[in-house]
Amino acid sequence: MSSAPLLEVRGLNAWYGESHVLHGVDLDIREGETVTLLGRNGAGKTTTLRAIMGILRRREGVIRLRGKNLLSLPLHKVAQAGLGYVPEERGIFASLNVSENLTLPPTVSDSGMSVEEIYTLFPNLYERRSSQGTKLSGGEQQMLAIARVLRTGAKVILLDEPTEGLAPVIVQRIGDVLVELKKRGMTILLVEQNFRFAKKVADRFYLMEDGRMVNSFPGHELDARMDELHEVLGV
Amino acid sequence: MSTIFGIPTPALYGQILIGLINGSFYAMLSLGLAVIFGLLRVINFAHGAQYMLGAFAAYLLLNWLGINYWLALVLAPLVVGVIAVVIERTMLSRLYGIDPLYGLLLTFGLALILEGAFRYWFGAAGQPYAAPSQLSGGVNLGFMYLPIYRGWVVIASLVICIGTWLLIEKTRLGAYLRAATENATLVQAFGVNVPLLLTLTYGLGAALAALAGVLAAPIYQVSPLMGSNLIIIVFAVVVVGGMGSILGAIVTGYVLGVLEGLTKVFYPEASSIVIFVVMAIVLLVRPAGLFGREE
Repeated sequence: MSSAPLLEVRGLNAWYGESHVLHGVDLDIREGETVTLLGRNGAGKTTTLRAIMGILRRREGVIRLRGKNLLSLPLHKVAQAGLGYVPEERGIFASLNVSENLTLPPTVSDSGMSVEEIYTLFPNLYERRSSQGTKLSGGEQQMLAIARVLRTGAKVILLDEPTEGLAPVIVQRIGDVLVELKKRGMTILLVEQNFRFAKKVADRFYLMEDGRMVNSFPGHELDARMDELHEVLGV
Repeated sequence: MSTIFGIPTPALYGQILIGLINGSFYAMLSLGLAVIFGLLRVINFAHGAQYMLGAFAAYLLLNWLGINYWLALVLAPLVVGVIAVVIERTMLSRLYGIDPLYGLLLTFGLALILEGAFRYWFGAAGQPYAAPSQLSGGVNLGFMYLPIYRGWVVIASLVICIGTWLLIEKTRLGAYLRAATENATLVQAFGVNVPLLLTLTYGLGAALAALAGVLAAPIYQVSPLMGSNLIIIVFAVVVVGGMGSILGAIVTGYVLGVLEGLTKVFYPEASSIVIFVVMAIVLLVRPAGLFGREE
């Protein structure tokens, strides 16, 4: 594994209006890694993704992708630099059909999957390609939200709680998709409350509390750290 | 002479035609307003002034430079579109993300300044603008006499409305526009240059108004207040159709135009208020408008 991280976050502070929500967050993801942020509701996981992506604009610190600083870029240049975002609310557009939703984000490199490959990976989406995006089930919308960034050739995918509110069989299916993406060498930053799900795919974990990174450990240590996690996560 | 409900048929057809003509302008103008409102969340009070600018651009191109109607159909929207782009970049874009009232006040102020300036330069009286020779005269349809220019306006406005609708519903640019109307931040996070999209949309909306202005020049006289007379009705059309609904703006424009024409035949006293009565009823029964999505 190469030593220089693909995505490097150093001392990231962020604010919602006057309220200081991220306090010096550090984070590294190497190429091909899947890294999972754990933490309670309100610990700052989604905020971290939004701040890295640049949706949350009031930030200080360093965010580098392959050494290129993203902090000063306007929002639309961040995607062009290679970050793909799958928001927690999925962000499927009601006024676009499935196929239009899928092809909406402009491609940023030629390494993305073709529409045919995506439809092979997600046959449901192919069957429903002419349906209104928001007419899909929650699970299908989540698949569509993930498929959408696979097409663009983004280098790093920021994936916010893909299993939230979904039935176990769908969670299983999404887990399979993430394993498949890992096999293809995709780099993923995952926010997940369900760490049993995350365990299947994560190479490393970061633990967040009150807008700070409080711990990080490799994926295989998860079982040994259960007691500690239960305490921090309150589950 | 044949009659329907005691109304001579030529009078009836004549009013339906006038209704269709007025409806054509309602549709073209409310279409631009709906597109601008949908994406920018700006209630563009300058829309009437931009329509007036289009008519004046045609008039001035002809009288100062000898440029004919057909070229004016292209040049006037271009000029007005460029002016709108400058306005959006230098002024309107500063108001995004704050109370929509500021955008309304800015565009209202711009409309007053433009109309005042043109009144100062050209007076309040209308200037005549002759229809091009290819479209002058008329044809007898058997049941009524149709001035060719009026038939042309109805057809041209249909082509413009359907073309704009196809642009929005069937193209990639239109998909960006529809998606950004729902969630502009996310579309920008996907790598689409949304600020540029907003600028182009405002320019396109204003250009549509100007195109309607050129079409209107030979029918109504070219006057500084031609836009402000029309814009209030057009706002009512947008409200009835549903704020931000493209199809709603188009369909409602024609329907209310014809309804207004029919009212002139059957109950002339109500013809100037019928659209507002419809608006009041729609607001009571379906506040999001006939084609609007409930939020």
